[in-house]
Amino acid sequence: MTLALNSPLIWCSLLLSAWGAVGLAGLIRPTSVIFVGRTLFPLGALLGVALACVAGANLSAPAQQLVLPIGLPDLPLHLRLDGLSSAFLFLLGAAAAGISIFAAGYFRQGEGTPPGLLCLQYHLFLASMGFVLLADDAYGFMLAWETMALSSYFLVTAQHRIPEIRSAGFLYLLIAHVGAIAILLSFGVMQGGSWQFTFDAMRGAQLEPAWAATAFLLALFGFGAKAGLVPTHVWLPEAHPAAPSPVSALMSGVMLKTALYGVLRVTFDLLGEPQWWWGLILLALGLFTALYGVIFAAAQTDMKRLLAYSSIENIGIIFSGVGLAIVFAGTGMRAAASLALIAVLYHALNHAFMKSLLFLGTGAVLHATGERNLGRLGGLIHRMPWVAWLTLVGALAIAGLPPLNGFVSEWLLLQSFLFAHELPRPFVNMLLPLGAALLVLAAALAGYVMVKFFGVIFLGQPREASLRNAHDAGLAERIGLAWFALACVSLGLFPTYVVSVLSRIIQPLGFSGLEPDDRSWWLLMPLPQRQASYAPLAFLTVILVVVVVTIVAVRFFYHQRVRRSEPWDCGFGRLNSRMQDTAEGFGQPIRHLFQPFFAMQRELPTPFDPAPRYRVVVGDRIWRGAYLPLGALVRRVADAVAWVQQGRISTYLLYSFVTLVILLALML
Amino acid sequence: MTAFDWIAQTLGIVGSVAAAPLFLGWVNQCRAWLQNKSAPPLMQPYRGIRKLFYKDAVIAANASPLFRLAPYVVFAAMVTAAAIIPSIATRLPFTRAADAIALVGLFATARVFVSLAAMDVGTAFGTLGARREMMIGFLAEPALLMVIFVAALISTSTALPAISEFLATQTLALYPSLAFTAVAFTMVLLAENARIPIDNPATHLELTMIHEAMLLEYSARHLALMEWAAALKLFNYVCIGLALFVPWGLTTQHAPFALVTSALLLGAKLLIAGAGIALIETVSAKLRVFRAPEFLATAFLLAVLGLLVHLLLGA
Repeated sequence: MTLALNSPLIWCSLLLSAWGAVGLAGLIRPTSVIFVGRTLFPLGALLGVALACVAGANLSAPAQQLVLPIGLPDLPLHLRLDGLSSAFLFLLGAAAAGISIFAAGYFRQGEGTPPGLLCLQYHLFLASMGFVLLADDAYGFMLAWETMALSSYFLVTAQHRIPEIRSAGFLYLLIAHVGAIAILLSFGVMQGGSWQFTFDAMRGAQLEPAWAATAFLLALFGFGAKAGLVPTHVWLPEAHPAAPSPVSALMSGVMLKTALYGVLRVTFDLLGEPQWWWGLILLALGLFTALYGVIFAAAQTDMKRLLAYSSIENIGIIFSGVGLAIVFAGTGMRAAASLALIAVLYHALNHAFMKSLLFLGTGAVLHATGERNLGRLGGLIHRMPWVAWLTLVGALAIAGLPPLNGFVSEWLLLQSFLFAHELPRPFVNMLLPLGAALLVLAAALAGYVMVKFFGVIFLGQPREASLRNAHDAGLAERIGLAWFALACVSLGLFPTYVVSVLSRIIQPLGFSGLEPDDRSWWLLMPLPQRQASYAPLAFLTVILVVVVVTIVAVRFFYHQRVRRSEPWDCGFGRLNSRMQDTAEGFGQPIRHLFQPFFAMQRELPTPFDPAPRYRVVVGDRIWRGAYLPLGALVRRVADAVAWVQQGRISTYLLYSFVTLVILLALML
Repeated sequence: MTAFDWIAQTLGIVGSVAAAPLFLGWVNQCRAWLQNKSAPPLMQPYRGIRKLFYKDAVIAANASPLFRLAPYVVFAAMVTAAAIIPSIATRLPFTRAADAIALVGLFATARVFVSLAAMDVGTAFGTLGARREMMIGFLAEPALLMVIFVAALISTSTALPAISEFLATQTLALYPSLAFTAVAFTMVLLAENARIPIDNPATHLELTMIHEAMLLEYSARHLALMEWAAALKLFNYVCIGLALFVPWGLTTQHAPFALVTSALLLGAKLLIAGAGIALIETVSAKLRVFRAPEFLATAFLLAVLGLLVHLLLGA
């Protein structure tokens, strides 16, 4: 196949390779923060912008393929760029640009791994995520997938001297590999006896329905483990907080989306015609994950763990949308399926930006205060106004409030749930609309979580004296935060444009797409016949006009006298910052209401205790109920097998002898 | 869109904003009558707001700009909501800017800002109120959305004007699903507007209050805006209820006479609705805070039941 040199596919691969080169350049002076931080990371950010531009310009272009003669003999590397991979490459590039520019000011000396090595791992991570999206054969895909897992493992364990971080990294690596095995097996099923592992061969393979379902379920397990679907979510709240904040942002914002990409690629492209009941499984898993994630997020006291659980929630929302799209596509409801899939892609894009913004915000807080525990923060809006206000944008967006972006995708998803009663299947068409109830419950709880997150960190009085010396983020970090805040606002204000682009992307996957009313660019009307419309710009305009008019009117008619005084303390007189509500207190209604979800351990002091201490540990029932017994079982089996290792040479010689005899017996 | 449409729209918004304290005064008056008390004048809420505007604002020393911005944002959100709700006419220009789901989102925005402002000063009552308000919010919001879902499934549209038009043009058929959701909606209305049985608007006992606890640090013009926004929120909720469950009389034409008739009819409906709210508040007792989730879970389940009834019976 001949390809012009200026094709977007070549540009994308070159840009991804350039990331690798930037990473390698970090090894030139691995301990120099100036060189790595001020030169290499901004360079990586520029490459991210370039990648986003190239991929963004290619969103509706036809698919291109390329065969690179690299790799094992007779196994060249196949690359392919189509609308779906362009969309995810755009996400990768745009998110990486903001995170890299933030990271330029973030990484400092003395944080475990030297900066040069971090730079290599970081850029390898970026490049491998890109190649996951470009790969067009199983070998290339698995190679990039494994590179992604390994490089991110090293990034998670950047502070490898802390035992908790090492064990978090181990758990991550373990589940990543169990998932990878499932993906590999899924590819093995999908080649359908042709033993050709290119994606083209898989597209052409005719699978029995049972085998197609097997391939789908294996892929769902494998990619679900990477995405953090319950019950394979346990690594996520351990690994994401353990990593340095820019890496957490990259993992939550981008890496989880590669798992979404994998599911979409396998289901709608490689397997072709999905069966509708696959969607039910995904929908149930997704909704449960969303609810589970957000309930645990509300109970957390560590700000990065809270965000990690919130990522689980959003992944749940995204996968429930995929499930809905599969159900609709499998029953021939093309328009509804398109709407659901557009909502999924929109939410994936939104979540990449919102969650990166929030994780970077926690990174800035962590640097300024050295504290991750919500119980020791507070009042930072006075000390760190830039970080606080920019983070507020992300918090409002992820809480799903109009006119920001999180609302648009949830709105689209709810609109597609309204089609569920038209399904030509009895019972299912009555059960599915109830899924919307769970979805809105999760979305409303997200608002609770975000008020807790923002309120406890940035508002109120500082809970520790040391917080009064906190300093605002530096210039590079502010640019990174502002980049994502701008993305959140613009994705929220111009949904019509985004929806029409996404609509063109999904058409090659066998979807009809939507025909939004292009005449009114400010009014989002995905389905004119349903008479549902939403105009965020008009929203924002009216709110702003009313705010300005009210302020001017109040000043004009009355006065603007303000007197400052101490807060009202009901005459108590000794109000201090420790009397504020804590993060535990804020989570208390949730712990009370959703008690069955938690495995709680409470330690109550006796009334006569001279030094009373109240402790509550909120644990994960799935971890205790499934993982610990499983781990114990593995250990017992390993112990039993270890009996073979007697440590005497004569025994091992006997093993060899017996093996030889058995082999000879089999041969003869 | 003609100039007349925009004038009608603006008049509608201004009318809602101006009439909201009057409606609150009417509810208070009915409640006082029912409780055998001498009622405050109908205009009392206006007097309270006017008095507050003239006072000097006292702000806590450690309040951030967010604290001073929040009243304006909350007030603006409620005004925007008033523009979206078809209280008089269904075909005004701004009603297309948002459907009912966006309206719920708008209320959520206001709630989040009130709660954040309450946490800003960092007193025990503020954060307590914020926590309780958000708890009630996350239970009431899904219930409200389920109510809207049922109406949307019946009329195949999530836009409030389209729902009202559809339901108003039907023959006077009783939808069993709407009966369930009407009860659910009333419960949400009471909870979201800090009325008995969830919260007592007349109380100043700090440990039991929710809405008042969040406003404890506000004074003067900021408090006036918050109070006005609360009155407008009650007005908006009642108008949503009227648009969903009693849509008859909403005009689809934009002749001045039709609009005036519709406005008069709205006034009559509001009189009855206000008396109804006062009656519910009089005959029920305030619940403990931890009974509130049960109350709202009931509302949520009733709305879901309404959905099921609609899907089973198709009505």
